[in-house]
Amino acid sequence: MDRNGILIDLKDIHFGYPTNPDLLSGLNFSLHRGEKIGIIGPNGCGKTTLFHIIMGLTIPEQGTINVFNKERVTQHDFVEVREKIGFLFQDSDDQLFCPSVREEVAFGPLNFGIKHDKVRTIIKESLARVGLSDFEPRAPYNLSGGEKRRLALATILAMKPRILLLDEPILGLDESTVEKVVENLNDPHLSYIIISQNKPFLQKTTARVYTIRNGKTVK
Amino acid sequence: MIEEPFARGNSVLHKLDPRVKILFAILLSIIIAITHKLPLATTGLGIAVILILIAQLSMKHIIHRLLIANIFILLLWAILPFSIPGTTPFTIFGLTPSNEGILYTLLVTMKCNAIILLNIVLISTSSIFDLVHALRHFKIPDKLIHIFFFLFRYANVMIAEYATLQKTLKVRGFCPNTSMHTYRTYGSVIGTLMVRGHDRSEQIHKAMVCRGFKGKYWLLDHFHFTPRDITAVVIFTFVLIVFGVLQWTAMAF
Repeated sequence: MDRNGILIDLKDIHFGYPTNPDLLSGLNFSLHRGEKIGIIGPNGCGKTTLFHIIMGLTIPEQGTINVFNKERVTQHDFVEVREKIGFLFQDSDDQLFCPSVREEVAFGPLNFGIKHDKVRTIIKESLARVGLSDFEPRAPYNLSGGEKRRLALATILAMKPRILLLDEPILGLDESTVEKVVENLNDPHLSYIIISQNKPFLQKTTARVYTIRNGKTVK
Repeated sequence: MIEEPFARGNSVLHKLDPRVKILFAILLSIIIAITHKLPLATTGLGIAVILILIAQLSMKHIIHRLLIANIFILLLWAILPFSIPGTTPFTIFGLTPSNEGILYTLLVTMKCNAIILLNIVLISTSSIFDLVHALRHFKIPDKLIHIFFFLFRYANVMIAEYATLQKTLKVRGFCPNTSMHTYRTYGSVIGTLMVRGHDRSEQIHKAMVCRGFKGKYWLLDHFHFTPRDITAVVIFTFVLIVFGVLQWTAMAF
């Protein structure tokens, strides 16, 4: 699937909004297996849009998207991408929509047709990883901001993704929770891209930091 | 945060399978709603009160809810007794109510309060997420269940956003009064909420798609029928049969 070790390869991506037609103009970007990349940059420079393009949530005007060595064009192509890439949204309220914490974590695995018994084990494991073991019957809408964030992370880990795309994962989290997140990311088999405005956090968790300038990625 | 004051509790009614409670509440409410027999409606009210005593619900909250509904009933009392022709028992400020009118308004009052109380005690004693589960077991279309649950889930978020907007207005020195400026500002606030709501719905759809959503919502847990539920089914069925017989036979009750 990734013979040459390239997991994500974007070439010459162009995309814009009516108010900002050249948001991305000729952007090239790639992620190799085991690579940990940070993205930093001013507000509205297209960081989140880049993630949306990788997940097939936003269709670029021009350019090619290669994920797991296969060009992805139609929505059908992206179904596999979404199964294998975990995307943490900037606002957890956008991501948590189930009536209980355990159903929230189960949502992804159930959609992939995993057996119920196996799903129950996955729920326990994923919640333990983010330190929310006792939260199973709670309602996600009654959690605090930091707990919501950790739950969102658990829902993504439950899908056993090969790549993580984390959009501002530590925004609004306290120090001890940030440490937990750093701990979770400290796994040599993980490949991920993190968007953050927090330089020390990126230095701790990523090997390389990019920024987006004039619609292109720069080191 | 929207609270569910009645869902917290530990009585027999709270522990009952929500499917049993929903079915009984709907069927009994229908009979009470269509009946023209005052004693039957009053008995319905009596059953609701007994259930409330069993569930040990907070009287303060219940009276608060009943007050809201009974404001409308009060309006009916001001009009209905005087507009239905019949024998007049007395005159009040030159107006003549009729016996038929008074009985009819009394019937409406009984029905309305009985149905409200029944639904409080049978439906509100389950948490929203138990209700959503129950609806799924009833094979209600997924789309309707989604609308019901998302309405609840994101009403919380919208209320929080509205509160933030109100604070923003206060911080920037906004004092509402009767002027074009006030109306325009409230217009903008409502507009902002609508645009944000639309944006959020798009984000949520994206989040669902990212986690493999293909239009079907899978259930993880199932309800288990306990002896308590079976006892409740027997009692509730008996009550429904009695009500049905009294309603649809010529019995004078």
